[in-house]
Amino acid sequence: MRHVIFNNKKVEFTENQTLLDTASVAGINIPTLCQGDTCYCSSSCGLGIAENVDTGELISTCTTLATEGMNISTESTKVFEARREKLISIFSKGAHNCFTARLPEGKCAPGHLEARELEWHEQECPAKGTCTLQKLAGKHKVPVMDIPLKIETPVVDNRSPFIARDYSRCIKCGQCISVCQDIGQNAISRCSYNGTWHPTVDIEKCTHCGQCLEACPVGALFDKKAFGIAKKKVTKVQTTCPYCGTGCQLQLHVKDEKIIKVTADEDVAPNMGRLCVKGRFGYDFIYSENRLKTPLIKEDGKFREASWDEALDLVASKFIEVREEYGPDAIAGLSCARSITEDSYNMQKLFRATIGTNNIDHCART
Amino acid sequence: MLGSGAMSNSFEDIEKAKTILVIGSNMTVAHPVVATFVHNAVQNGSKLVVIDPRATKLTEWADMHLRLKVGSDVALINSIMNVLIAEGLYDKQYVEQWADGFAELKETVLRYPPEDTEKITGVPAEQVVSLARLLAQSKPAMLMYTLGITEHTSGVHNVFSCANLQLLLGNIGVPGGGVNPLRGQNNVQGACDAGALPDSFPGYEKVDDPVARRKFQKAWNVSNLLGYEGLRLPAMLEGLKTKKVRAFYVFGEDPATTEPDMHHVHDCLSSAEFMVCNDIFPTKTTEFADVVFPSAAWSEDDGTFTNTERRVNRVRKVSPPPGVARPNWWIFRELAKRMGDTWASSCAKDIWDNEMAPQCSMLNGITYDRLEKESLQWPVPHALHPGTPHLFKDTAHLYRDVRFTQGRAHFKAIDWTPSAEIPDEQYPFVLSTGRRLYHYNCSSQTANAVGLNDLLSEEIVDISPEDAKRFGFGTDDMIQLTTRRGSITVRAKVTDEVPKGMVWMAFHFYKNNSNWLTNSAADPISDTAEYKSCAVRIDYPAV
Ligand code: SF4
Ligand code: SF4
Repeated sequence: MRHVIFNNKKVEFTENQTLLDTASVAGINIPTLCQGDTCYCSSSCGLGIAENVDTGELISTCTTLATEGMNISTESTKVFEARREKLISIFSKGAHNCFTARLPEGKCAPGHLEARELEWHEQECPAKGTCTLQKLAGKHKVPVMDIPLKIETPVVDNRSPFIARDYSRCIKCGQCISVCQDIGQNAISRCSYNGTWHPTVDIEKCTHCGQCLEACPVGALFDKKAFGIAKKKVTKVQTTCPYCGTGCQLQLHVKDEKIIKVTADEDVAPNMGRLCVKGRFGYDFIYSENRLKTPLIKEDGKFREASWDEALDLVASKFIEVREEYGPDAIAGLSCARSITEDSYNMQKLFRATIGTNNIDHCART
Repeated sequence: MLGSGAMSNSFEDIEKAKTILVIGSNMTVAHPVVATFVHNAVQNGSKLVVIDPRATKLTEWADMHLRLKVGSDVALINSIMNVLIAEGLYDKQYVEQWADGFAELKETVLRYPPEDTEKITGVPAEQVVSLARLLAQSKPAMLMYTLGITEHTSGVHNVFSCANLQLLLGNIGVPGGGVNPLRGQNNVQGACDAGALPDSFPGYEKVDDPVARRKFQKAWNVSNLLGYEGLRLPAMLEGLKTKKVRAFYVFGEDPATTEPDMHHVHDCLSSAEFMVCNDIFPTKTTEFADVVFPSAAWSEDDGTFTNTERRVNRVRKVSPPPGVARPNWWIFRELAKRMGDTWASSCAKDIWDNEMAPQCSMLNGITYDRLEKESLQWPVPHALHPGTPHLFKDTAHLYRDVRFTQGRAHFKAIDWTPSAEIPDEQYPFVLSTGRRLYHYNCSSQTANAVGLNDLLSEEIVDISPEDAKRFGFGTDDMIQLTTRRGSITVRAKVTDEVPKGMVWMAFHFYKNNSNWLTNSAADPISDTAEYKSCAVRIDYPAV
């Protein structure tokens, strides 16, 4: 087996493995913003650097292959400083006012106040608290307040009813592009804007599945429905999608007994982190004002509200009456292929055991 | 034959398949996440073959697209088998070891040489020959189908044909193979498992089996279980008119919108003497009801769904139901009580753990406790069993209802029959129907979810550029469609997804719903209606 040395520790590597992958297999964390086994734009974030201890050189771990005997430090002062510089440069190119959103005028560098005026910036950044860039800034003591912001791509794409794409916060990591290719939609490509680039979506090809939204490490892509709903006191509950027979597992983000957002976990079968537009964004039908809220009884062609007792008694007595007069087979029932299995169980039991007929079916369209 | 409506294999098999054969399934729209797994398999080198009259999105990924005429599936599959047998390409050893009825199959399919069937299917003979050779070389092949196979008067025969083909190739019982229906609704599998079928108890035990009847009489503490099959949905509807059925209970479905031939369905429903509905929204169907019970919806109640891979998953409660709405199982339990039966189970967990799972041999080993930690694919015969990702893997362990009969499979020789209604001078086009991405069936859920209506808010009819040009209309023009059952005026979308001579629609909205037009003629065995094919006339401008 061949070895490299990471931070004075011997680590094994295999043929054609990058230093970044070698480190990650060994559990050594090298921060990156664009890394991923499907990385589309290798080394574009520039953070995956380390020091070659023997030569004192800084190298990019995501593009350099491990070779026998290399001696690498991922934590030296030189690496720390270089990463910090890189982070400052990333911050200075976008509307990253997350640390200064509430500071009074004059307390922060130029550009921060302008950032507040942008669309979708009236509330704090939707990625606050989960943002990879924000975490790295904290860890590397980046003086965010003092960095003048020059907003390179003040472009907002609002065409999707579900996904806001605020490129003023885009760090050009390419994660959304790779994930969209990974699922085979190929709806995003690079587009240049004033000499830089940002991703653009071919809205005709886009299926609004929101997979890109989950890949975005910062607050550039976000869920419109969840915008501005504080993340505090959110609990996650795993459940099954109510739409098609794939049975995708959803993670419901629940606040005050209400679903505010839906995501999926990569290691849970059958969908392995993937969802479609209905599963991810179609949850809120249950909160519609059109819901039936009380039992109804029709009188003279019109529905009136009724109590459970009154409505249940009426149905039970009517069923008994029909059964007495015409036999149990004069009653028939259609069960539901969308509701839980236990509901269907009880309905067929009501028909077979209580009413006494096998006239029970469900919607024939399978 | 193989007897179950579930997938024999699992989604994780898709990447193991050398060839993926998709018949009558627009999965990019109906099962979008499954389609992404198919994309990945193709990226990793699997061959993809799509058999569909329409050039669906998935065909962009396909190595081969066989654009058959609507309703010619049996003829096409027979001709593929014809080549496999004539050229000696089928898996002789597998067939000898596992299957009966080969001689009859051979006799039948030899009457379907690709050159002759071309007239029926519209698929060039060379394409059929090269597909047969591909299937013989690139094994295992995983066959997946959806409603394009079942929603025909020959639906059951179409399914048999799929099974014949996979048996002949030796693709059954292997990872990356199998016969795999992608079931449409989220819990159609669970509803079947629970016995919401006129001929079977929970766990597919037949009502005409006296042993099964005794078992359930004991379990439910009753003595009156009937030993003959009950009415299926079309007969129930018809029965409302003939007064064979006097009281009708509809739970959570909207047959007034989703059943074919809506004029007829409305006629039936309005003749109901007494009708009850459980639902979460008012629908066209609840308008016909005398009593409507408000139900708890998804995520307002604990329970389980079973997906198309036979995977049992938990559904969890996070929100209270609105107003005084209650869970459906509670409503049924209250009615039973008022009719004299007291049931012990007082939550979904009780129903599953104490009744359904112990009564269904395939579910014996599944409890809510286990489901807290994992999802399980039935059969799970006991508490330590890990679940069954592949059915028919080992005949010694085959589950009762879905096994090969007596440990062996049977070929069923099938002859092709045309659709019930074929185009003629008066109605020269074929109308076929399906679903679109942004809505779900009658759309009572999706139309009430914020945003999905922005993406699609009305019915549209797809038509080929050639036909549109002949009539002189374009995308967004309103055209009139008329069948023997009804007429609608609907917005056109000109697209080469549909072939010449065909128009295609969905059925998500009440207005201009395609079911004003569709034919309720149904498969004689399954009673599934022929949504995929009827004859239609186009008028432009509308008359
Ligand atoms: S929503 Fe889905 S299809 Fe659209 S760009 Fe994002 S990943 Fe691609
Ligand atoms: S997320 Fe989409 S693919 Fe998955 S179960 Fe729901 S509707 Fe089906």
